[in-house]
Amino acid sequence: MTTDKKPAVPGNRVVNKRKLEERRRFLRSIILGAAVLGISTLGYIPVASAWRVRMRPPGALEESDFLSSCIKCGQCVQVCPVQAIKLDDIDHGFGVGLPYIDSRSQACDFSCDAVQCILACPTGSLVYKKPVFMPTRNGMRVANPPILLAKEKDPEPTLNIRERTGLARLARPDACLAVQGKGFKGQARGADFKGRMRFIEVDRWKPIPLRDHPFDLQLCDLCVRTCPIKGAISLQPVVDKDGNTRMTPTVHEPCLGCGVCEMICPVESAAIVVDARKGWGA
Amino acid sequence: MANKYWESVRVMLGGAPRKSQPGEYTEEAKTIHFYKKSEKLDFDALRIEAHEHQKKGVWLRRRWITLLVINLLFTVSFWLDIQILEGALTASRFLGFHLIDLNSALQVMLAHKHIIVNLFIGTGTVFVLWLLVGGRTFCSWACPYHFLAENAERLHVYLVQKKKISDHTFHRGVRTVFWVLFALMAIITGYTVFETISPVGILSRALIYGPGLALGWVVLLLLFEVFYSRRAWCRYVCPIGLTYGMVGVFSPLHVTYKLANCHHEGECKKVCEVPHVLDCVIKGRAPTAQLDIGADCTRCGMCIDVCPSGALTFEIKGLRRIM
Ligand code: SF4
Ligand code: SF4
Ligand code: SF4
Ligand code: SF4
Repeated sequence: MTTDKKPAVPGNRVVNKRKLEERRRFLRSIILGAAVLGISTLGYIPVASAWRVRMRPPGALEESDFLSSCIKCGQCVQVCPVQAIKLDDIDHGFGVGLPYIDSRSQACDFSCDAVQCILACPTGSLVYKKPVFMPTRNGMRVANPPILLAKEKDPEPTLNIRERTGLARLARPDACLAVQGKGFKGQARGADFKGRMRFIEVDRWKPIPLRDHPFDLQLCDLCVRTCPIKGAISLQPVVDKDGNTRMTPTVHEPCLGCGVCEMICPVESAAIVVDARKGWGA
Repeated sequence: MANKYWESVRVMLGGAPRKSQPGEYTEEAKTIHFYKKSEKLDFDALRIEAHEHQKKGVWLRRRWITLLVINLLFTVSFWLDIQILEGALTASRFLGFHLIDLNSALQVMLAHKHIIVNLFIGTGTVFVLWLLVGGRTFCSWACPYHFLAENAERLHVYLVQKKKISDHTFHRGVRTVFWVLFALMAIITGYTVFETISPVGILSRALIYGPGLALGWVVLLLLFEVFYSRRAWCRYVCPIGLTYGMVGVFSPLHVTYKLANCHHEGECKKVCEVPHVLDCVIKGRAPTAQLDIGADCTRCGMCIDVCPSGALTFEIKGLRRIM
């Protein structure tokens, strides 16, 4: 086109060819820019629509702060003695590489006492105590310092952490063995389950595979007896509509949402679950 | 002097390399250029003679070993729980010392707008480290994506030679635009947007914590580079390279060009990821008898490996005088 318009200038063809290529390159560059920007903002979709509400490791900042501050290094993953922490994939958009805990497959049972993941974090995405200007939603802070049963006899029995990662809830009371008045015998999650936990009566420090620690219970109270936090859950009698008294697991305010109850619950799928990022009374 | 640094930054940001003005040539350089013009070189003889002295692929070997060792050290530290290098390339601890990738740290600081001490220490350590070894050294000696892209680049060059495909270039300035855009997006959205698509972070995590869907994105990038545009990510997009490049402007380690040795065969430009920094090797261009290659150079040593006449070498400033 341009060559048609200015046919008179001699030697113009070469210049035009170069100009043309330059123009093409410029256009290509703009397309490249738009494409990369478009692809990188795709990360919004999973975040904005909160596809899956992930449970973050203990001490995590509120979700939006967590998303912006975590450098995605996985140092928290590396120090966890039970390897409860995993990193998210690209289907989580901006959350790719962010640590989360899937309690059902491996809960944080505070095997490390000092909450190692918080110590390992280089960016302050996981903290014992949030800076004052960072908001905490109502119900996330626990009323009293949580007492870790594993170190109840230590001079300093409490945990350094004061905020919950979520809250346990009896999601399917009908499926709960305790509610049904049933006992439990055997390996809590079967012989193939890979999850680990520490049991104070076995070893104060070393987590062992759940399957190596079978139970024999008259009335199932696995969630209550394995909960690492004092006073977080108990079996309470309730009278049902037929006038029978039944025992039912009841979650109390000190629950940190660690997820041990969800991991150990022998019914499939778990009768008790932890709602990630949920506060008390919410 | 300041002029020289400014020029190398300008070229790194996307400016076209400038031809030296007649007044800028030193007497020494003029003399060399003069003799080169009059001399009739028997290139083939020179090449044969020079190739005998050439140690093939020395730097390539050294570099690949370093790159693999760094990346695998992360992996084994985790898998064998030996705690030498914990974390990933974005942030880690080497024997307890915090190390944090400058660009990741920058993204986090801009998105989060809050800096804690550990983040600051780690950034400082890496800043000093890369200042010493030279900015884009990170790219060719540590970046796991570089390793893949480098091999994809070979394939691309081969396919172009076979005339199966043609290469499409972009304006180099887009990398600078991207750098600014990614920074702006981090500030405005509060998310580390770049990290989502960074193949460097994705690969590093995949090596350490196991593969995931995100590798699909890396594969797409590589395919784009093999079939459409040579080395596109590193050349036109990656802000990490630019961040390190800026840090390295004043670094003492350089590839140095010696005009007198050069036969202007242009072998170096063919292998270089950033050939615009090697414009001085074109016949008649170099204004001084010896000059440092610009800040965008990744210090990969590939040009040193292929140069048959030893015109390019690694040099550490100051050391030359000491030794
Ligand atoms: S607090 Fe829980 S998740 Fe964190 S390191 Fe300890 S056991 Fe693992
Ligand atoms: S250690 Fe901190 S910055 Fe690193 S992945 Fe875990 S939460 Fe994120
Ligand atoms: S430009 Fe980016 S992707 Fe390429 S080698 Fe450098 S850091 Fe790696
Ligand atoms: S100038 Fe040489 S050392 Fe620098 S990037 Fe190019 S080939 Fe590598």
